[in-house]
Order: sequence, then C-alpha cells, then structure tokens
Amino acid sequence: MPVDTTFAGRAYPPGDVYVVSREKLREFAEATGATHPAHTDVEAARALGHPDVVAPPTFAVVIAQRTEAQYVEDPAAGIDFSRVVHADERFTHHRPIHAGDHLRTALHVDAVTQRAGLSMITTRCEIADVSGQPVATVVSTLAVRPEDDA
Amino acid sequence: MSARPVAAGLTVGQEVARRTLTVDRARLVRYAGASGDFNPIHWNERVAASVGLPGVIAHGMWTMGAAVTVVVDWAGDPGAVVDYQTRFTRPVPVPDPGEAAVEVVATVGALDADAGTVRVDLTVTVEGARVLGKAQAVVRLAAA
Repeated sequence: MPVDTTFAGRAYPPGDVYVVSREKLREFAEATGATHPAHTDVEAARALGHPDVVAPPTFAVVIAQRTEAQYVEDPAAGIDFSRVVHADERFTHHRPIHAGDHLRTALHVDAVTQRAGLSMITTRCEIADVSGQPVATVVSTLAVRPEDDA
Repeated sequence: MSARPVAAGLTVGQEVARRTLTVDRARLVRYAGASGDFNPIHWNERVAASVGLPGVIAHGMWTMGAAVTVVVDWAGDPGAVVDYQTRFTRPVPVPDPGEAAVEVVATVGALDADAGTVRVDLTVTVEGARVLGKAQAVVRLAAA
C-alpha cells in the first residue's frame, strides 16, 4: 500500500502526560555518552540555575517518537516501516527539559510528498508543559523507499 | 555560576572541540532501550541484511545525540543548546566483534551578537566519510 498523501496537514491533539524522570535522563545520557554532570547530578544542575537535572539536547526524541507512533503506525497511513530511512531531525528548545517536567505533545503532519516513488514525511511535535507553555519543537523527516526498490 | 563561552574570542571557522566516539553493538542495544527505538536493523544482523543494509547500523539518533555531547561539554551547560539539527547522509555500520569510530569536529559556523548565540557546525565522519550533513547546534552564550 502506498503512503497516503492525504494525511498532510493532519493534527493530533496532545495526548497523555509524559513525566520526565531523573533515572530516564540518566539512562539516555549514559546511552549517548553524555557525561556532563548536569544530566545526572542535581547539585551540578542547580549550580547552573536549573531546578533539577537537565535533559540532553536530543532527549525529546523519546517523547516525539512515542507521539509520532499514532500516525506512522496507523495502517491507513500506508507507511511500511521496513522501508523507512530517517532523513533529518531538528530540535528547538524553548526552554531546557528537566526531571520533574510534566509534558504533553501535539503532533502535526506538516508534509507528505512523493517524488519518483520516494515518499517524504515531515512531522512536527510541539511539546508543552501542562499549562500549555511551549518547551520544545521536534521536526522529523522520514523517507520511505518504493516497494520495487530492494 | 556559568561556564558558558563568551562571544569575545570566537571567530567563524575556529575549531572549538574535537573528539572520537566509539560505538559497538552493546551500545546500540543500550540506546534502543533508553530511547524506545527497537527497530531491529539496529541490533539484528539478519533483519539488517534482509532490507539491503551492509549489516547492523547505528541509530541515526544515537549518532546525533552522541555528537552533540562535544558541544554540551564546550558550552558548559546542556541548557545552552537551544537548537540542534542534522540530516542523516550515510549509515554507520557497527561491526561485531569490534566497534565503529566516529570523528566529531566542532567549529564556529556563525555568531549572532543580537541573539547572543553562536552556531556550532559539526563535521561528523566515519573512516573519512561524512555521516551527518548540516549538523548545526545553536548555543546561547554567556552575557558579555
């Protein structure tokens, strides 16, 4: 089934609250080799003016990919994940993410285009705190290879 | 307290940091668990080969996340990185046994005095070939 281009422009309202934990930030920091003490040491983070330990710059992908799943895993969207290649990613931090944050994320399908059989899908996650204040914007583009392309 | 760099003394093109990162299969399993990205092309040789890859490859997001640690350490504060983007231009095959070496060089790409920010451009290569394209991190500088 081909990628359904009519999904372009769709918006999904914010879903469940994601609670950022110190231990999840530690796990993500260790996996990416992020050794800055502000990721794991509360006192080091507070010395820099943060209320708690600080997420690495790409941590928001954890929240974004969960949110994107409601679109990319929808059978109607026609996205064959075995043919997906990650094309690009961008994080814009309106403020740092800290342990203890309660975050909700709205998903926007900004573009679904096809050219020579290759489909390009751009999604945008708007991550906000529970009062609606913006925290981060994550824009991701996936390329889906055509089915006759090994 | 702030260890953030200041604009004075920075010039476009200046190298500010460089580091060699290594990644092995165990690292990819760890990243899969930490990130929630369990795509088997990042841990299963058979699946990777079946979709035409040379073998298990690193998550692009692992490479992106690992590369920016160089910027965070230079900036002195993870919260100073206000924007970070990249394109994924080439997969990073991760051998077994063994490991892949990822070279990261950070240079000053642009200075914005009004915004109080510096754009740090990352050159990220494996065996001399770029694996990330337009890898740019915007860092908020300390007040002069």
